[in-house]
Order: sequence, then structure tokens, then C-alpha cells
Amino acid sequence: MSKRILAIDTSTEACSVAVLTQDNVYSEFDICPREHNQRVLPMVDKLLAQAQLKLNQIDAIAVGAGPGSFTGVRIATGIVQGLAYGAKLPVAPVSSLAAMAHSAFRQEQSQNIICAIDARMSEIYLGAFQVSKLGQIQQVIGEAVTAPVGALGSLSTDTDWAGVGTGWQTYQSELSAQINAKVSEQVVFPHAIDIAYLAQANENAWVEAEKISPSYLRNEVTWKKLPGKG
Amino acid sequence: MRGKLSLRRSPLVFIKAKTMRILGIETSCDETGIAIYDEDKGILSHQLYSQVKVHADYGGVVPELASRDHVRKTLPLIDKALKEAGCTADDIDAIAYTAGPGLVGALLVGSTVARGLAFAWNKPVVPVHHMEGHLLAPMLEDEVPEFPFIALLVSGGHSLLVEVQNIGEYTVLGESIDDAVGEAFDKTAKLMGLDYPGGPRLAKLAESGRTGIYKFPRPMTDRPGLDFSFSGLKTFAANTLRAEIDEANDENNEQVKADIAYAFQEAAVDTLVIKCKRALKQTGLKRLVIAGGVSANTELRAKLKELMTSLRGQVYYPRLEYCTDNGAMIAYAGLQRFKAGHIDDAAQVHPRWPLEELASVVK
Ligand SMILES: Nc1ncnc2c1ncn2[C@@H]1O[C@H](COP(=O)(O)OP(=O)(O)OP(=O)(O)O)[C@@H](O)[C@H]1O
Ligand SMILES: [Mg+2]
Repeated sequence: MSKRILAIDTSTEACSVAVLTQDNVYSEFDICPREHNQRVLPMVDKLLAQAQLKLNQIDAIAVGAGPGSFTGVRIATGIVQGLAYGAKLPVAPVSSLAAMAHSAFRQEQSQNIICAIDARMSEIYLGAFQVSKLGQIQQVIGEAVTAPVGALGSLSTDTDWAGVGTGWQTYQSELSAQINAKVSEQVVFPHAIDIAYLAQANENAWVEAEKISPSYLRNEVTWKKLPGKG
Repeated sequence: MRGKLSLRRSPLVFIKAKTMRILGIETSCDETGIAIYDEDKGILSHQLYSQVKVHADYGGVVPELASRDHVRKTLPLIDKALKEAGCTADDIDAIAYTAGPGLVGALLVGSTVARGLAFAWNKPVVPVHHMEGHLLAPMLEDEVPEFPFIALLVSGGHSLLVEVQNIGEYTVLGESIDDAVGEAFDKTAKLMGLDYPGGPRLAKLAESGRTGIYKFPRPMTDRPGLDFSFSGLKTFAANTLRAEIDEANDENNEQVKADIAYAFQEAAVDTLVIKCKRALKQTGLKRLVIAGGVSANTELRAKLKELMTSLRGQVYYPRLEYCTDNGAMIAYAGLQRFKAGHIDDAAQVHPRWPLEELASVVK
């Protein structure tokens, strides 16, 4: 019997929660920048009620672990840590880039997907994936924060690519100049539904709440050490 | 009728109500503090992780790094606190967290973990004002001040003189118009090449300083009013250092720095003492509470004690570990708010949050 998953994602402007059971998917999704902290728990409450489940009847809590907005990723992480520790449940951290790729498969049947989230400071969070069936995903290149120009150099040009994420809007010309990809209008943000599917399919990646850490990708660029400090 | 009467007389009346327990979470700046407070027994566990080392290389708190570190530490410290206190979810009545003021990203870590946990445990959450936490920290000691009193709150971000009628009944009598006193300690220490956070290091250096070598101003004491200004002291220290330190001759420099540290501390402490005296006089109060990181300063404690002895009043301060940021003060303040019914899940953190906006616990 497939496991029941509660999934939460606040890694971008979008805020979403999903409950995935054997037979059903319940979800809430809203684009509500700066309101994630207020919105998540009421969404969780509503969906558990719809699914007629108590939190302790869930098997694992999945979280959109980033990359994305630092603060956003931490909001989901903090709430999930509190929930999982309190209910003694394991946590399944899922890449928000992988979630977007899965979303493109689920909604548009794309199989080869390049995900790019606008990372500000003239960079994108980038990942490329192959999805063959629900819950099954493979990385084609490692996730990275990078300048858009030259970012896609290692990807095969004869693949039928789909492009998803805000990076494709901000850096349309830079990215399209490198590769021929069909940019999705529908899949722009990660969705908790996909995070739930990916978590359900990979129990090996479930860990204790204390063990999860956000995937920031970007380190040590916005702060500088004092002179003489290593 | 009979039934009702006998119900009222039921033995329930004689069973002592269970004492309340609260979990407190502090993540407003660069310290992760977790504590469990029991109304009867006091603090059952108090866990603290200081990020000082993380920020030392940068010469000050880097907000993003602070947030990242809180994510790593909050849950493990909660776990440790519960284990040390021998508590499970059933023993905890509410979860208090610092909702402001402070760094927004850092505050959000405590807020989200607290609320996630409260949801899972089905307990209320209590947002706590960080400075109210500091202000009430002396209540964790054996000898507690009665209301009303004057509170001098001196920390890294605040210098406040407050008239306290009761919990939540605060009138700010004076505050810094520029740097907080802790900030002035830290900045001056940095000028002297001391590592972050320089306040306690500067105080240590001042111990080997000599009296009467340098004379610093006592800002804003020559005119009426209870506001402070400390940025001038920092500038004065910078100018004195520039004039007195001879880079070519290393020998004497340590003593010069110690003398400057001494004069700086003397001026800062003196200024605080003068303003406290004024506030006490103005209000006719005889009790003084000092709290916040700078209340750990030995010189300040000694001078305020002297003052209160001369005024036949009394000074109260928290033990050293409750002067700087900690979870114990948040748990304590949280319990007072909880008992007053000030629970709320608006899930808002307030990077800026004036103390006077708080509601009284009695009205
Ligand atoms: N012995 C001491 N002498 C002088 N200053 C000290 C001493 N010990 C600590 N401090 C100062 O106290 C401050 C830290 O206090 P605290 O942790 O209460 O401040 P904060 O939490 O950063 O600020 P706030 O409480 O206003 O948000 C620092 O500025 C530090 O230098
Ligand atoms: Mg403080």
C-alpha cells in the first residue's frame, strides 16, 4: 500500500500544500509572496480535514528543500521540522527543481526538462531531469547556481527539451540561444503535489527531522569576511 | 438543585491544579535559546547555542548566516531541553517564541518551528516580545522586584529606560537617539582590534586600564531628559586612539588601549547611572531592574548598586547567563502572556516592535 504523504513547499513566490493518499490527491496552491508563514498551517489543517486524516496517520512529511528563496525555503523547513518532530514522523526533503520537472511530466507529459529558477543577482538555479513515470526522476546534470549564459553547454541539443521555471522568463533570450526548448506556460513554480509523489517513490531518502537542511546552492556571496580571516 | 450543589462540593476542588509548563524558543539574533519553565519549579532546562564563532570572522552578525545556523540548532536543542526536563508533549501547556524585535529571517526560524510543533501537539502558541523577555529575566531569580519599578534595558540593539507598572504596562521614559550602548561597546572594541562581540572583551581590557588618564564626555547629561546618545563616545574613542596609538612603537600600545577602554566604559556607565538616577527621581520609585546583555557588565552592576544603596532602594538583575539572549526569559514571559490569554497564531514576526504597543496582562 502506498504511503501517505503530507507535502509543503514555500521555496518560491508560490505556497502549496498537498496530501497524497493511496487513492487521492488533495492540494492547495496560491501565489502569495510574503504570506507563506501565515498560509501554510491553515492549508495543512484544511487538507487533512478533507482527507479525513490526523497528522499522525501520515507516513512522512515532504518538504520543498530548495533551491529558491532563502527565507521561503526556511519557512517550509521550520514548519516541517516542527510538525515532524512533534508527530514523530520522518521527513522527505525534495529538490524544488526536481519538483518542477515532475510537474511538467505530470501536467504536460514532458520527459526531458530543464528547470531554471530566477536566483536574482543575474543568476539562475539550474537543473535538468528525465522523468519516465510518476515519481520516477533522474538528474541529467547536477543542480547549480550559475549565470544563464553558457549554463546549458553540456546538454544534448537533439533532445526534445521542455523549459520550466521563472528563469526561462527572466533569461528567455540567454537560455533559448543555447538550446531549443519549449517553454512551459503552465509550470512556473514548484508544486507540493510533485514533492509528495517524489517523496512517496523514494522512501530511502526519508530522514529524521533534525537531519534535514535546506538546499541553498548559493553560499558566501552576499557576505564578506574581515581582512585576514580565512 | 441538589445535583448542582453536590457537584460544586466534589473532591475536585481539593486536587491541586496541575502547574503550568511552557517551552520557550528564542532565535531573534545570534543565539539559539530553548528553555522549559514550570510555574512552580522554575526553569527545568535551559539550552543555549551561541553563534559568536560563526560571526566573529565578519566582525558582526551576518543575518543570512544567523538564520542558517538557527535552522541547524533549534530542533536539536528543543529535543535536548525536553529530555533534560523529562517532559513529553503531554507535560507542555504552550509554546512561546520570540516574535520580535530582531532579524526577520532569524525570527522566522523560531516562529515556524514553534508553530509546526504547536500544530502537531495541538497546543497554543504565544508570541513574545524579546525586550519584555529581557525585562522580566530578573523574575527568574530568588529575589524578585515588586511592581512598579524602573527598568534599564541595555543590549546590543536597545538602550531603554522604562517605567514598569505591571507586565505589559510600560512607559518608555528614555531611549538612545543613535547607537545602543551594547552597539557602542562592540564598535569601540572593533576599533581597538578586539574580536566580535567586543563588549565583554572591552570590559575585560578595561580592567587593566588606569583611572584618570583619559576623560571621555558624558553625552546628553548636561541637559534635562532621559534619552541617550552613544555614538559620540565611539567617535571620541576613535579620535583618542588615532592621537595616542603610535604604530611604530608597539610597547606602550596595549596600556594605551586599556586606558582608553577604561575611560570609555567609565563614561558609558556614568551616563547610564546619571539617567537612572534621574528616572528614579522623576517617578519617585525606589526599585531598579537592569537587564539585557550589557547588564552583565560588572562595573555597571557595581555602580548601580552603589546608587541604589545611596537612595535606600534596591537594584535587581538577572544572573549572568540570563543577561544576554536566552530561552529562559522567553519561556517566563511567555507563561505570563499565556496565563493572561494572550495566545495568537497570526504567524507574524515583527522585526520592529515598540515595547509600548504591548497589552497589559491585568487589564
Ligand atoms: N560585560 C559586558 N560589558 C559590556 N557589554 C556587554 C557585556 N556582555 C555583553 N555585552 C554586550 O551585550 C550585547 C549583547 O546583548 P544581547 O544579547 O542582549 O543583545 P541583542 O540580543 O543582540 O540585542 P537586543 O536584545 O537589543 O535585540 C552586545 O552588544 C555585547 O557586547
Ligand atoms: Mg537581546
